[in-house]
Amino acid sequence: METLLNDFSPGLFVVTTILLVALIALMVKFAWKPILNSLEERESGIENALAAAENARKEMQNLQADNEKLIKEARAERDAMMKEARVIRDKMIAEAKEDAKEVTAGLIEKAQASIQHEKQAALAEIKKNVAELSIGIAESVLKKELSSKKDQLELVEELLKDVTLN
Amino acid sequence: MKIAQKTIKFFISIAIALFTLVNFAAVSEKNHDDQNDGGRVNSKEEVEAYILHHIKDSHDFSLFSYTNDAGERKHIGFPLPIILWTSEGLITFMSSEFHHNDDGHVIVEKNGLKFVKIHSKIYELDKAVSEVTFNETHHATNAHKVLDFSITKSVVGVLLIGFLLLFWFSRLARQYKTQKIPTGFARVLEPLVIYVRDEIARPNIGEKHYRRFTGYLLTVFFFIWVLNLSGLTPLGFNVTGQLAVTACLAIFTLIIYSVSGTKSYWMHMIWMPGVPKLIRPVLAIIELAGALLIKPFSLLVRLFANISAGHIVVMSLIAIMFTLKQSLGVVGATGLSLVLSFFITLIEVLVAFLQAYIFTMLSALFIGMAVEDHAEHH
Repeated sequence: METLLNDFSPGLFVVTTILLVALIALMVKFAWKPILNSLEERESGIENALAAAENARKEMQNLQADNEKLIKEARAERDAMMKEARVIRDKMIAEAKEDAKEVTAGLIEKAQASIQHEKQAALAEIKKNVAELSIGIAESVLKKELSSKKDQLELVEELLKDVTLN
Repeated sequence: MKIAQKTIKFFISIAIALFTLVNFAAVSEKNHDDQNDGGRVNSKEEVEAYILHHIKDSHDFSLFSYTNDAGERKHIGFPLPIILWTSEGLITFMSSEFHHNDDGHVIVEKNGLKFVKIHSKIYELDKAVSEVTFNETHHATNAHKVLDFSITKSVVGVLLIGFLLLFWFSRLARQYKTQKIPTGFARVLEPLVIYVRDEIARPNIGEKHYRRFTGYLLTVFFFIWVLNLSGLTPLGFNVTGQLAVTACLAIFTLIIYSVSGTKSYWMHMIWMPGVPKLIRPVLAIIELAGALLIKPFSLLVRLFANISAGHIVVMSLIAIMFTLKQSLGVVGATGLSLVLSFFITLIEVLVAFLQAYIFTMLSALFIGMAVEDHAEHH
C-alpha cells in the first residue's frame, strides 16, 4: 500500500485530468456527436424505408384484392347477362313456335273449310246434273213410249249404253 | 482443435517441468552475480528491478538499451521535457540531464536548486546539501518530492493515443457527410461505436438517458482499449497501469454519476425510505461509502492491477530467456520464453479489451443507477 501511494504521482494525475477533459470535449464535439447523429439518422432512415416497403406491400395486396373483386364482379355480371340472354332467346323461340303453330292451324282450318265447301258445291253440281240427266232420260222415254213400244225399248237400251259409256 | 489442445498441454507440461529448475538457476545466478557487468540485466534480482522500473512512469522515452564492448550502457530513445513546480516556482529542463541515472547520484542544478531522480521520482535537495543521503529503508532523508508536471512517457502515450482517436473518429464523422456507409478503416470503427452504444450505454443507462453519457463512455472505452493495446507493443507504454491515470478515469465517472444523480438517488442514499429510522443513518454511511469510495476505488484498482499484472507476467516470461539460460541452454530458454510469452500476450490482447469493456460497462452501470427513475418501485 505504501509503495502504491508512493507510486501515485499527483503531477501525472493533474496532467492526465487536463488532457482527458480536453480529449472528451474534442471527441464529443468532433467525433461522437456527428457520428451518433449520423447513425441515428441512418437507422431511422432504414426504419422508415422498411415501414414504407411494408406499406407498399399492403397497398399492393389491397390493390390485388380489389382487382380480384372487380374481376369476380365482372364475371358474375357477364354470367348473369348470358343467362338472361339465354332466357330471352328461349322465350323468343318458344313464342315464335307458338305463333307459327297458330298460323298454320288457322291456314289448315281455312283450307279444310274451303275443301269442304268445294266438296259440297261439287256434290250439289253432281246431284243437279244427275237430276237433269234423269229428267232428260225420263222425258225422252216418255216421248218414245207414245210412238211404239219397240222404239221405246230401243231408246232405253241406247240411253243405257250412253250411261254406261259415261 | 484437438491438435492445438494437445500442443498447449505439451507446452504446459514442459513449463511445469522447467519451473522446478528455477530455484537452482536462481541460486547459481546469485553466486555468479557480478556488479560490474556494464548494467546488463541478466540476473533474477536485476530482472525484478527492471520489471518494477518498467511498470512505473518514466521521464525518458527509451526504446531499448544495450552494453557496448567497452562495458558502457547505451540507451536508445529520446529525452522528454521535465516540468516541475518547486519551492522557487516553475522549472523546466530536459530529462537527458539526468543521464538515465535513477538512484540519485546525478544532481541537476537549476535556478540554484538541486534535483535528483530516485526510482522515477524527482526530488528537490534541501538547501546547502550537495549529496543525497539515504536512511536504512532507502528513503532520501535530505530531499523532498516536488510537484512533477513533466511530459512523462505516460503523458506522451495519452497525447499520442488522444490524437490517434481524434484522427480516426473525426475522419469517420466526416465520412458520413458524403456517404451513408463508411469505407476503409472507418468501417471497422463504426461497429465498435455501435457496440459501445447498444451493448454498454443503452442497456445499462436506459433508453431515456443514455444519449447524454454515450460520448463520455465511448471516449473512455476507446481511450482505455487503445492504451491497453499500445502497452503490448514494444513501445512499452504502461499508461493504464498508472494509478494516477486510472484514478483520474475513476474520478471522472464518480463526478459524472454524482452530478447527474436524481433527487431520489440521493434520497435513497442519505435517508433510505421504507426502513426503520434508527437504521437509516447506518445505511447512509454504508451507501455513501459505497458510492463515493468503493465504486471508484474498485474501478481504479481493477484497471491498474490487471494491466500492471499483465506487464509483469509478460516481462517475467520474456526474462526466462536469461534466468533459465544456465539450466536449459540458450536455445531451450529462448524457445520456452518465446512460446510462453506468445500465449500470454494473446491472453493480454483479450484482457486489454476486457478491461476497457469492464471499466466502461461499470461506469455505465453506476451512471444508470444514479439517473434511474425510482418512482415505479414504490
